[in-house]
Amino acid sequence: MNYNWNWHIFFEPNPTGAGTYLDMLMSGLLLTIQTALLAWVIALFFGTIVGILRSLPSRTASWIGFGYVEFFRNMPLLVQLFLWFFVLPELLPRGAGLWLKQIPNAPFWTAAIGVGLFMSARVAVQLAAGIASLPRGQKNAATALGLTTAQGYRYVLLPIAFRIILPPLTSEFLNTIKNTSVAITIGLIELTGQARAMQEFSFQVFEAFTAATVMYLAINIVVVTGMRFLERSLAIPGYITGK
Amino acid sequence: MFDNLDFDVIRRSLPYLFLDGMSFTLMLTGLSALGGLVFGTLIALMRLSGYKLLGSIAGLYVDFMRSLPLVLVIFWFYFLVPYIGQWLTGASRPIRVGAFTSSLVTFIMFEAAYFSEIMRAGIQSISKGQPAAASALGLTYSQSMRYIVLPQAFRNMLPVLLTQTIVLFQDTSLVYVLSIPDFLGAASKVAQRDGRLVEMYLFAAAVYFVISCVASYGVRRLQARIAIVR
Repeated sequence: MNYNWNWHIFFEPNPTGAGTYLDMLMSGLLLTIQTALLAWVIALFFGTIVGILRSLPSRTASWIGFGYVEFFRNMPLLVQLFLWFFVLPELLPRGAGLWLKQIPNAPFWTAAIGVGLFMSARVAVQLAAGIASLPRGQKNAATALGLTTAQGYRYVLLPIAFRIILPPLTSEFLNTIKNTSVAITIGLIELTGQARAMQEFSFQVFEAFTAATVMYLAINIVVVTGMRFLERSLAIPGYITGK
Repeated sequence: MFDNLDFDVIRRSLPYLFLDGMSFTLMLTGLSALGGLVFGTLIALMRLSGYKLLGSIAGLYVDFMRSLPLVLVIFWFYFLVPYIGQWLTGASRPIRVGAFTSSLVTFIMFEAAYFSEIMRAGIQSISKGQPAAASALGLTYSQSMRYIVLPQAFRNMLPVLLTQTIVLFQDTSLVYVLSIPDFLGAASKVAQRDGRLVEMYLFAAAVYFVISCVASYGVRRLQARIAIVR
């Protein structure tokens, strides 16, 4: 291979004048983590609401849940980000559209909300499946104790359902982190974006992408280890994942 | 709100959008799904082969691919494929690779990791008696895989494989990052040329939505039918 490897490139100053190439990648890593965390909060919030809607006996509620999930699942994430970023401000009334276009850090907020809503549909499906997997006795017992529907969900169904779906939720969280890289298309310079920028400035393609790859792997390992710890500390003795 | 929009731009660019863009997207989806399935099945067989080394190589590959974002993998292969080509053909310099070939290699290698997990589950879902009966009949390992295990595994996993293909269909839109005119890329080119972002992106979203909805409805129907037969 006639490619000039130069692993020292990471410690050379980058053309933006602020630190080395490694600093560039680190700031991308930070932005990836920030975007993913905010997106994950949004995904959990809306995913929980829609997941509950899907599990309610009411026909209207489950139709709303079904429609929500189908809407966000049947369009590529990239197209959804374009809709939020380019289309939404044009369709709003003039004032609101202008305000949206002038928000500082617009790519960050768009990415977090866009990825968050995209992932919320997946969280909703997992949660609905988790609730459906609970034995019917749980809900009946909650009713027999005099709990309202809301209390039944809050104190009985959700705590157990979330414990059951913790492993699939871990991989959805990992997907959230990976999906933030799609926001490179609306100008968010996160980890993949910084690796791409480094490649364009320095022509050291493979070093830049190797570094980004290692960082993504590191994030993965940290998340998987953390979630395993969480699973163990939340396990209910004698119940499914508990020992 | 829709007063200064010009939806005629869609009609004017329909031939370009579908004959160039959508045919690229569908070709890429179809060939990547096929290639991903073949390589994925091989990887799954490696993992289940019982040889420790083969199994851990396959496992590492799958875990590695699945922990990277597709966008990064697309960039990786875009720059790597010319060098791989040089190595394979023994040329003196990195070879020139077209946009289609480069993205095809990317998606096959990437999807193989996901398809292999599906096929692995499919193979494991076949009861032990099946391969045992096959070897009792005197079939070799490869014959028993070819005639007994894999056809059943494939059949059982067909709905999941097709669902993954719908995901793949949506994911091919990410070749946008290489400015390749797939369906979304074509829509975006027209959008930027004519300054009609709203119309073109709404239309692209609608097309993806309708195709994915119809396809997943079809998969649900198929699933129901297979479930009855079994």
